[in-house]
Amino acid sequence: MQDSLTIARKKRKFVLPVTKLLPFLLPIILILFWQVSSTLGWLSSSVLPSPLAVFQDGIKLTQSGELPKNLSISLYRATVGLLIGGGVGFILGFINGMSKTCRLLFDSSIQMFRNIPHLALIPLIILWLGINESAKISLVAIGTMFPVYINTFHGISSVDPDLIEMGKSYELSKGQMFFKIIFPAALPQILVGIRYALGVMWTTLIVAETISASSGIGYMANNAEDFMDMETVILCIVVYAVLGKISDLVAKSFESLLLEWQKTGRSNV
Amino acid sequence: MIKNSMIEIKNVNKMYQDLTALKNVNLNINQGEFIALVGMSGGGKSTLLRLIAGLEKPTSGSITVGEDNSRSVMRMMFQEDRLLPWMNVLDNLSFGSKDKNTKAHAKELLNLVELGDYADHFPNQLSGGQKQRIALARALMTNPKVLLLDEPLGALDALTRRKMQDLILDVCQKQHLTTILVTHDVDEAARMADRIVVMKESTNYYEETCPKNRNAGQIGIVADRVLNEILGEKEIQKQTA
Repeated sequence: MQDSLTIARKKRKFVLPVTKLLPFLLPIILILFWQVSSTLGWLSSSVLPSPLAVFQDGIKLTQSGELPKNLSISLYRATVGLLIGGGVGFILGFINGMSKTCRLLFDSSIQMFRNIPHLALIPLIILWLGINESAKISLVAIGTMFPVYINTFHGISSVDPDLIEMGKSYELSKGQMFFKIIFPAALPQILVGIRYALGVMWTTLIVAETISASSGIGYMANNAEDFMDMETVILCIVVYAVLGKISDLVAKSFESLLLEWQKTGRSNV
Repeated sequence: MIKNSMIEIKNVNKMYQDLTALKNVNLNINQGEFIALVGMSGGGKSTLLRLIAGLEKPTSGSITVGEDNSRSVMRMMFQEDRLLPWMNVLDNLSFGSKDKNTKAHAKELLNLVELGDYADHFPNQLSGGQKQRIALARALMTNPKVLLLDEPLGALDALTRRKMQDLILDVCQKQHLTTILVTHDVDEAARMADRIVVMKESTNYYEETCPKNRNAGQIGIVADRVLNEILGEKEIQKQTA
């Protein structure tokens, strides 16, 4: 019995790293294939520079301070835009989810604005705000507002009415009702909205920085394109991919932290 | 209010637009009494319970609870456990309580429902019977004087149901709770209640007082009589034939 338990534990130890490494397998194979293709001359460096050349370019730009400077400004725009847009989306979703009067007053108009592609507003925003920080932050805020709004609104308005009735029968105050029942019940949906908004945030920022900026990763890529600097163009794309992945991981960790109860099940008994 | 009376229901009517849910209901429930409301679906049992709980208001008539007519002395247990899935068992018990010694009291109640080791579990780690025990413990958290049970055992298997009946009876007797049980099961009503009220055609149609310390035979007799009143003798004869 003891032996079989030890074997089972060993097996488990062996299985765990494989499952963790599996998601990295495909990217590693692609990068290796890309590197080999570049080394053997199958790919021209003017079409697609090798991963090693892109990596070296990254080190050079980091040492010169250009990459950290542009990265930090992009991160600043993305974070501030998300905080403003997400905050407004959450507040609107909250009031419309909680109050029928507010829903009737605002929801129809918000849905109308939601259907306008926010990137179509770029010319208007440039005309109104110029090409300074507020223009890019506004675009990110508009882009991220709607996913957070829709999901907060849907999350709050679809809370199980039986739980609300239970709260009423326990004479919970309005505040208790919100913090103990409505908000936790809506949280999974709100987090879906935030995760979706993170994707929109990067897409919007790339477009905004490519069209009208004098700093940021998008500007770096656009500038590199003017000088046919393929390594930097690819580097910027890789940086965006890494930033997107990091954002997703952060969102996922929030989900596992805040929605721990969803992972439990009868098997644990 | 009549002396020793806990709940007084006077000429209560409830309408949902054109639909009459309750028609001239009059009922007096004494302190510590265990009442079972039985009847066919749509007879008005659950509506009456919801009105008593204060979840809905009667169209006309009055329901008085205790001397000060406060709903705080009542707690309700529903057919579904209605536990909050994001809270563990201990937090589910203490969330509605303002008492400083809440956690200690919650642990006492968990021991009472024989789930003392499950304080850290989440509801989705528990069986249906365990969830209903937790729901019972939660209902007892504020030391209520009235316990309202809206078919809480309807979804349980026969054995778990029997165990829960014993637990509820034991708790209600020890804590001298006034209890109103809504059930479809006349045997359950005959086994648990001091008095059975048959709801038919939206009113309290018939009452049956159950003998104290009844045996299985007496339970069967009471259940048959109540069933007779619910279905009508002709229907019973048709079913027997």
